[in-house]
Amino acid sequence: MLTASETAQLVLGRLSWDAIPLHEPILLGTFIAVALGGVAILALITYFRFWGVLWREWITSIDHKKIGIMYVILGLVMLLRGFSDALMMRAQQAMSFGDSTGFLPAHHYDQVFTAHGVIMIFFVAMPLVTGLMNFAVPLQIGARDVAFPFLNNFSFWMTASGAALVMMSLFVGEFARTGWLAYPPLSGIAYSPDVGVDYYIWSLQIAGVGTLLSGINLIATIVKMRAPGMTLMKMPIFTWTALCTNVLIVAAFPVLTAVLALLSLDRLVGTHFFTNELGGNAMMYVNLIWIWGHPEVYILILPAFGVFSEIVSTFAGKRLFGYASMVYATVVITVLSYLVWLHHFFTMGSGASVNSFFGITTMIISIPTGAKIFNWLFTMYHGRIRFELPMLWTVGFMLTFTVGGMTGVLLAVPPADFVLHNSLFLVAHFHNVIIGGVLFGMLAGITYWFPKAFGFKLDPFWGKCSFWFWLTGFWFAFTPLYVLGLMGVTRRLSHFEDPSLQIWFEIAAFGAALIFIGIGCFIIQLVVSIRDRVRLRDVTGDPWDGRTLEWSTSSPPPAYNFPFTPIVYDNDAWADMKAHRYARPVEGFIPIHMPKNTAAGFIIAVFCATVGFALIWHMWLIGGIAFTGLLISIVAHTFNYDRAYTVPAAEVTRIEHGRTLELANHA
Amino acid sequence: MLAGCDFLVLNPAGAIARQQAHLIVVSTILMLLIVVPVLAITVLFAWRYRASNTGATYRPDWDHSTALELLIWSAPLFIVIALGAITWINTHTLDPYRPLERADNRASATAVAPLVVEVVALDWKWLFIYPDQGIATVNELAAPIGVPIRFKITSSSVMNSFFIPALAGQIYAMPGMQTELNAVIDKAGTYEGFSANYSGAGFSGMHFQFHVMTRSAFDRWVGETRDGGTALTNADYLELAKPSERTPIHHYSTVANGLYDAILNQCLQANRPC
Repeated sequence: MLTASETAQLVLGRLSWDAIPLHEPILLGTFIAVALGGVAILALITYFRFWGVLWREWITSIDHKKIGIMYVILGLVMLLRGFSDALMMRAQQAMSFGDSTGFLPAHHYDQVFTAHGVIMIFFVAMPLVTGLMNFAVPLQIGARDVAFPFLNNFSFWMTASGAALVMMSLFVGEFARTGWLAYPPLSGIAYSPDVGVDYYIWSLQIAGVGTLLSGINLIATIVKMRAPGMTLMKMPIFTWTALCTNVLIVAAFPVLTAVLALLSLDRLVGTHFFTNELGGNAMMYVNLIWIWGHPEVYILILPAFGVFSEIVSTFAGKRLFGYASMVYATVVITVLSYLVWLHHFFTMGSGASVNSFFGITTMIISIPTGAKIFNWLFTMYHGRIRFELPMLWTVGFMLTFTVGGMTGVLLAVPPADFVLHNSLFLVAHFHNVIIGGVLFGMLAGITYWFPKAFGFKLDPFWGKCSFWFWLTGFWFAFTPLYVLGLMGVTRRLSHFEDPSLQIWFEIAAFGAALIFIGIGCFIIQLVVSIRDRVRLRDVTGDPWDGRTLEWSTSSPPPAYNFPFTPIVYDNDAWADMKAHRYARPVEGFIPIHMPKNTAAGFIIAVFCATVGFALIWHMWLIGGIAFTGLLISIVAHTFNYDRAYTVPAAEVTRIEHGRTLELANHA
Repeated sequence: MLAGCDFLVLNPAGAIARQQAHLIVVSTILMLLIVVPVLAITVLFAWRYRASNTGATYRPDWDHSTALELLIWSAPLFIVIALGAITWINTHTLDPYRPLERADNRASATAVAPLVVEVVALDWKWLFIYPDQGIATVNELAAPIGVPIRFKITSSSVMNSFFIPALAGQIYAMPGMQTELNAVIDKAGTYEGFSANYSGAGFSGMHFQFHVMTRSAFDRWVGETRDGGTALTNADYLELAKPSERTPIHHYSTVANGLYDAILNQCLQANRPC
């Protein structure tokens, strides 16, 4: 018989009351706030009897538009968490000088900067990028859904499960204290024996499955499901960048999965892939993680480039300048992104020739990137630019990103990198390109496609407030970091001796406060827009005078997207159709074959998250049970033959007739 | 305010760091040649072609110009060619592994024997072993002016990065591996050194002072260290290697034979193959 403590260990593994941070006032306060907020949301859902709708229309939905929206919501929610971490870091660094040690002990601060990096890349930027691709790509290519609709739902819930595990680490146990890439030996069992690194590994492994599957899904969609006439060189640029990004995802994410699997073997079963014993080598980890990590930054930025291309051309009221060179630039970046990973560790003792090679390949990437900037510029040239919100973000991006690109090329010069590596200059650089590039791009994209998703525009006033606070906040927050980097200040410090540096950290903290207001304005913008949705309503489905196919259907589009698959003759298919006085079909509709919602994706992902949680805490019994449940639910799903339904012609006619009436009333 | 602040990286005392700073400035100017026009044109086009300016030319179907395409691909290309050439040359001349040939960066052609310092990053302090002088120090480094210094660098446990911004660029300190840094410094004074790669809880306190002095003052410092310090045996090292934060400066008068190599090959810890 098992004793009580053995039973407890079998069930709970390493988990005990010590893991609950009751003695940490900040965490306890956060937990109470999150718990109250959660209860309030659950109560509201119950009060409005929203559970059924939530389950049928969203959680189990395989509609690419709804999944895209859920990805974006996930990204925005996680942005709040990641940004809270940022505020804590800025506050700590602004006050921790000399005798003052600030309010975060190293133990806590080190988790905060690790979580900030992990969350912002994996659970903010990735969901936003995947969300926009999911939402817009099928619409842009005239498809009814993605190639594998069930897989799409499953991918989303895997990403959400990863995010849930990261959030759980805040209140149950702790997160990694290793930096966002968890270099061994620090992340090995000898120096990180607790659960933090295990949370890191399993949340990324689970989310990584989702990302990889969604990559495969979108490649298949773009390659196989384009509307007739849409050759590769007639695809919208955003779809091109989505294609390249997903190729990068499919090629890069398995490397991350493999390297994290090897790390967990080192931690769990005592292998030595990345520790010095028995011939292991930490350099192997550093190389592998960056062979994933560098393509990853292009995975994030390429779709942002795509968004900007769509926006510039739409709001300048012009065809995109240099479409072909834009495509080639994207493809060149895709290929080159695999030839630069070593620039992340020039300072680890590679020879001068190796360093020069990787430095120069890195600089070469700036050529296609520069060409893209010029293409946007010459799209604006001889245009008639309407400065609506998406266009503001785009110009803000062009001014900000160019500077970030320049400091990036500077860091690619190895002797310069020797003095700037790991400094706050580096921190300023990558925020300059990730905020100024990816984040501005995603916010531009959200503003641009919001009316397509919901049928009304976002309120421009609060959007402009948000834009200006973000832009000025960014420069206030990161210019001081450039300066500090040039003063030789390194990153990830929780305490400083030299009081003369303090003023710069205070300016940076002020910048973070401005960004905080920017985020606040964005939230107000959402609330105000929903409140004023009637005033902001767009009936036409084409609020910006768009140029690509997504603007040819209604807003929000019907489940089947297009009653008839459009036929494409030109790059800007919808602009071309409008120029040729396209008449919307009003009769002769036929039945449409559509995929059916399923709960399988959600259930399998919940089992995966449970297995992950059990592995983190060494709860072998629960892990075994959940894994069995996982296998059974996968097998059960394969017996589900009821995966599609047909929208009857009468129903299509009813929906389309409704739109005809609406358009007539509007006109 | 700018006048009061010290851009250490751009204005260092070490010959290597100075050349690195020079390279930063040259590269930046080279890139500004294209970045400034781009920023200016962005603002100009955004203003000139705003929708309310109906006087500006509007050509909605204009989307190609071979001449412009050539320009926008070749302009960055030429900058990158120039920058690439500079990079290739300077990466080789400023390679941290490259021995310095001269006593200082000014003239003399006579080769001077470099000062060898073996650096060990510990949790969370620095051990400096002077093999030729037979002494060692914790969290304090000293060197004479104008003499090339050859650092051999490793780590006891996790990765750190050895960085004295005033002297030269950084290089990682990694367990079981050795990296090298050759540098020279021309100005007496006390400079700040630290770890530039996060290494765990005590990372923030992992800094040390680098004293640069005349040759005779350095010899005196070595003598004082020899007289005033304690012995560093293998057992002492293992004690020292245990994690500790903000460790005070300590001097060792003697160092156990082959200690650095044993640390590098990880032969000191019990139960580890080496």
